[in-house]
Amino acid sequence: MSALHIKKGSTRHSAYNLRPTFSDVQERHTLAVLVENEPGVLARVIGLFSGRGYNIESLTVAEVDHTGHLSRITIVTKGTPQVIEQIKAQLGRIIPVHDVHDLTVEGPAVERELAIFKVAGEGEKRVEALRLADIFRANVVDSTLNSFIFEITGAPDKIDAFADLMRPLGLVEVARTGVAALLRGD
Amino acid sequence: MTREMTGADMVIQTLKDQGVDTVFGYPGGAVLPIYDAIFQQNDIQHILVRHEQGAVHAAEGYARSTGKPGVVLVTSGPGATNAVTGLTDALLDSIPIIVLTGQVPTFMIGSDAFQEADTVGITRPCTKHNWLVKDTDELSGVLHEAFHVATSGRPGPVLVDIPKDVQFATGSYTIPKPSASHYQPPVKGDLESITELVAALEKAERPVFYTGGGVINSGPAASQLLRELVDATGIPITSTLMGLGAYPASGKHWLGMLGMHGLYEANMAMHGCDLMINVGARFDDRITGVLSSFSPNSTKAHIDIDPSSINKVIRVDIPIVGDVGHVLEDMLKIWKSRGRKTNAEALVSWTRQINEWRKVDCLKFADDKKVIKPQYALSRLEALTKKYDRYITTEVGQHQMWAAQFLNFEDPNRWMTSGGLGTMGYGFPASIGVQMAHPDALVVNVAGEASWLMNMQELGTAAQYKLPVKQFILNNERLGMVRQWQELLHGSRYSQSWSEALPDFVKLAEAFGAKGIICSDPADLDDAIMEMIEHDGPVVFDCLVTKHENCFPMIPSGKAHNEMLLGEADTEGAIQAGGAVLV
Repeated sequence: MSALHIKKGSTRHSAYNLRPTFSDVQERHTLAVLVENEPGVLARVIGLFSGRGYNIESLTVAEVDHTGHLSRITIVTKGTPQVIEQIKAQLGRIIPVHDVHDLTVEGPAVERELAIFKVAGEGEKRVEALRLADIFRANVVDSTLNSFIFEITGAPDKIDAFADLMRPLGLVEVARTGVAALLRGD
Repeated sequence: MTREMTGADMVIQTLKDQGVDTVFGYPGGAVLPIYDAIFQQNDIQHILVRHEQGAVHAAEGYARSTGKPGVVLVTSGPGATNAVTGLTDALLDSIPIIVLTGQVPTFMIGSDAFQEADTVGITRPCTKHNWLVKDTDELSGVLHEAFHVATSGRPGPVLVDIPKDVQFATGSYTIPKPSASHYQPPVKGDLESITELVAALEKAERPVFYTGGGVINSGPAASQLLRELVDATGIPITSTLMGLGAYPASGKHWLGMLGMHGLYEANMAMHGCDLMINVGARFDDRITGVLSSFSPNSTKAHIDIDPSSINKVIRVDIPIVGDVGHVLEDMLKIWKSRGRKTNAEALVSWTRQINEWRKVDCLKFADDKKVIKPQYALSRLEALTKKYDRYITTEVGQHQMWAAQFLNFEDPNRWMTSGGLGTMGYGFPASIGVQMAHPDALVVNVAGEASWLMNMQELGTAAQYKLPVKQFILNNERLGMVRQWQELLHGSRYSQSWSEALPDFVKLAEAFGAKGIICSDPADLDDAIMEMIEHDGPVVFDCLVTKHENCFPMIPSGKAHNEMLLGEADTEGAIQAGGAVLV
């Protein structure tokens, strides 16, 4: 079972013995779960989180291999090291789950998220919003005489920071995709 | 090999190809094509239950007493929802069950059709896996995969939902190889870790084996290997409720069951050991007592086929993921090749200490000449039935714990009880499933009157198929375990915990064409039990027992293994606020 990164037949856990498992410290982990793209598979994953009381901070899912019918679910979750280990082991038990990767442990990983922001305002505020968008490399994807829609990609922190700046400038609505993540290197 | 046939015929063909001889079920609109296919063949016997919950428990009894998967066939909607309790029961006790449900035709799914329910949605959290099959061409592949998933790795219940149009339509039948499935849980344990465990075993001064249902699930070979290992090393062994029979109760190193109502010597050995070897158990809360004081000074090894069981509640030092049988085989091999060493000197004093604990005689009870004590009833049942080819099922509550304490099991697959879910109403239908698998055996369901009433309609099934199941009901006219907790925790305010308006069990049995026996005098008990055993047919035995008897020993909630209550005198203030919130 790959969930614990246990080699076939092995019982040793790569990261497990390095950390005190029953610590109270809350850790944020990004998990990449490769699943068979069959009906109900997302419900199984989400049901596991709600049924066992785990957190979901962000979740994205899409088919990444159309011929093999494999989807990649990226989940950002928070919990004590013991809970994180349980989450991975429990995900590994789901029959259509092929692989579970803890990118936070196996990392470094690149995390990206896309968000679109609607900002409405006039005069100086509108100019300031446009100027900040430029600094953040956000693109204007729609404009009316008194509003913009900006598109921005980046790490979740950057998107949070951009949202903080837009709020006093007339932020109306935000839509975020959630995190997509990949390990660095090969 | 591919053949064209209807979906309904595929169901029958799959069951035949999987070696299934018995199906427990109940017909309805959405499974009529499959029932029509059943009508036209003689290879598979269908047992008509009286409620779908009974079908699943019967299949569990069949599975647990044979080691083969149990099969259930029910209709859509209420048929499927009635199966949910049985599915959850099988999930928590890791019992391989295949439930086939009818579904409204594919073109009506989602329209709130008659007897439509979102069966895969409802059963997703209470199955190991489930499938809705929308294409007849995919049906045989899914059905065979369902058997593979239910029986591989950690066993469990699966469900296949089959819409009625898929049953009628024709498609191609194929038998996929189990190796074609991507689900291939590893069975071999890591040799390095097993060697580490053997090294710890060689040095251990106070080792103990703590075994569970995983040994039974692994198959008879695992029990044999366990016996060989225990007897060769001389290490004492205790077991969970689920694992009784893997090591014989008459064995020299047997400590008895451990846990909340386990034996004093078993729990004290767990608390005092320096090496705990968990074989196929899962540190359930009925076993551990309060976690902060659980076996404080031991190195813990854990053999389990399910990686998620490891470090779930108790941090272990030597984790071994693998099938119990395979790991025990390697463990024995390595131990022998290293010279069959144990810390013999220390084991002698450890055994001496355990024998001191045994002297407490924690199962002793004050006998009564006038009223049958439940403990007395079970010790007589044990004495009078042990020479038979015997299988025991139970319901849930005090009688279940007394049965685990007072009945002795020499072999695996002889003891069927709802461990994880604690399902009242489990035992009667389970006894029917066991009797179907073992027509000539003596099958006794040890019951309480309240639990038994929860699935008493199955008396019709027992009568119809002339199944000589013995329903041994310890009738205290109380929900005994609830009442015991109310006494200990809620100032003896017995809220709703008595059985009012009970039926006359003898007349009830007779109404179904079964035999009824009532016994209230300890002096008559032996004769009455013999009458029950010797009757060739279903028997309902109404054994009137002490009404307010508590089940001891007991680890009260929030306490540790070394804080057991041994009798009434210990109960005053035994459970504090922190423990009172626990179940």
